Amino acid sequence: MIELLVSIVTACLILAGAGFALVAAIGLNRFPEVFTRMHAASKAGTVGSGLLLLAVGLHAGDLSTFARAIAGFLFFVLTAPVSAHLLAMAAYKVGYRLGDDSICDEMKRYKSGIQSSLRQK
Amino acid sequence: MTAAAFILGLATWLGFVILGLAFLLTIWRVIQGPTLADRVVALDMLTGIVIGFIALIAIRTGFNLYIDIAISLGLVGFLATVAFARFILSRGSVPRSAEGGVAETAESQAATSGKKKQAPARKAAATGKVGAGKAATGKGRK
Amino acid sequence: MITFILTLVFGLIWVVVTGSATGHNLLFGLALATLALWVVRREMNAHGYWPRVGKFISLVVLFFRELAMSAWKVAVLVTRRRMDLKPGIFAFPLTVDRDFEITLLANLITLTPGTLSVDVSEDRKTLFVHAIDCSDIEGAKRDIAEGFERKIMEAFR
Repeated sequence: MIELLVSIVTACLILAGAGFALVAAIGLNRFPEVFTRMHAASKAGTVGSGLLLLAVGLHAGDLSTFARAIAGFLFFVLTAPVSAHLLAMAAYKVGYRLGDDSICDEMKRYKSGIQSSLRQK
Repeated sequence: MTAAAFILGLATWLGFVILGLAFLLTIWRVIQGPTLADRVVALDMLTGIVIGFIALIAIRTGFNLYIDIAISLGLVGFLATVAFARFILSRGSVPRSAEGGVAETAESQAATSGKKKQAPARKAAATGKVGAGKAATGKGRK
Repeated sequence: MITFILTLVFGLIWVVVTGSATGHNLLFGLALATLALWVVRREMNAHGYWPRVGKFISLVVLFFRELAMSAWKVAVLVTRRRMDLKPGIFAFPLTVDRDFEITLLANLITLTPGTLSVDVSEDRKTLFVHAIDCSDIEGAKRDIAEGFERKIMEAFR
């Protein structure tokens, strides 16, 4: 009985994780430009692989494996925003601009300073 | 017992199919992505999907050692993305001429054209790659 | 006293993570825990430690709730037939000023629904945030200031 319950929860986690990964991939193809694509990849993608890891931990039914799965999940959740932020910063500094349907860009007035600091390197 | 195994088998099978679909879509973005940053985002996403695959294989085979492999792949993927971000930064600014009317100061226009003289081949290659997407994005701006 | 309990907890975590509950391993875990706590001893003896643990836990809970919500929101946005995006970058005036807190705030913002932190200004007073839905900038700023930033201030000040 317990085993059935655990396997049902694991199956739900697997399907949810894979679904979020698929949604992130669709978003990667549907969003218009690089910054909005980053939203899809950094949020839905992280949650997708994190849920799959949790499913492994739950399926093993073993405390040490579960602890490692949790550790892996935390690791992904903590590194994903860092890499997304670094990529966005690099893309903006180098000169990729927002798409033409963007309605505001308050960072623009800082751009001249950034450009001059870039040129000094 | 058998019901549990059946549910798990079905779920992992479906998960493989969905993840494979996501994998193909992401690869499409890597191939097609108009700019380098798009490709890097897609590669980052690809690492996440492969981690999902490894997790599914761990469930399927019952080998819990795969979790450690997934964690180390996550570490490597993170470092790769950081390295790619540094690479984008160090490669310097993207060509402005393709971007048309995006409000740009006169000096950086001059800087770009100066760079154009230095490395015409690189510039041409970059324009070919970036040009299509950038021209579309730049046109709408005043 | 607190240090002792923490040493015990860390030692037990070590035993759980390494997966062998022998006496030697527990002793080794306790030694490692003592070493780790000795490294951070200066940060440990700040006043009001335990109330802050509660605040910190509430911050973690908020973080995971926002993560789930943001993934769901992206999913809804992607699967909608016709996307009407209003993306843009807005400047968020920072109240926190320590590097550690700014890093934490930027990470939390990245995982909130529809926002992604892009850059910090040179003087560490402004955070640039890319938002999928930029139609209500003032509301977004207010949400961040009264949600995450206030929680961070409560947990680490």
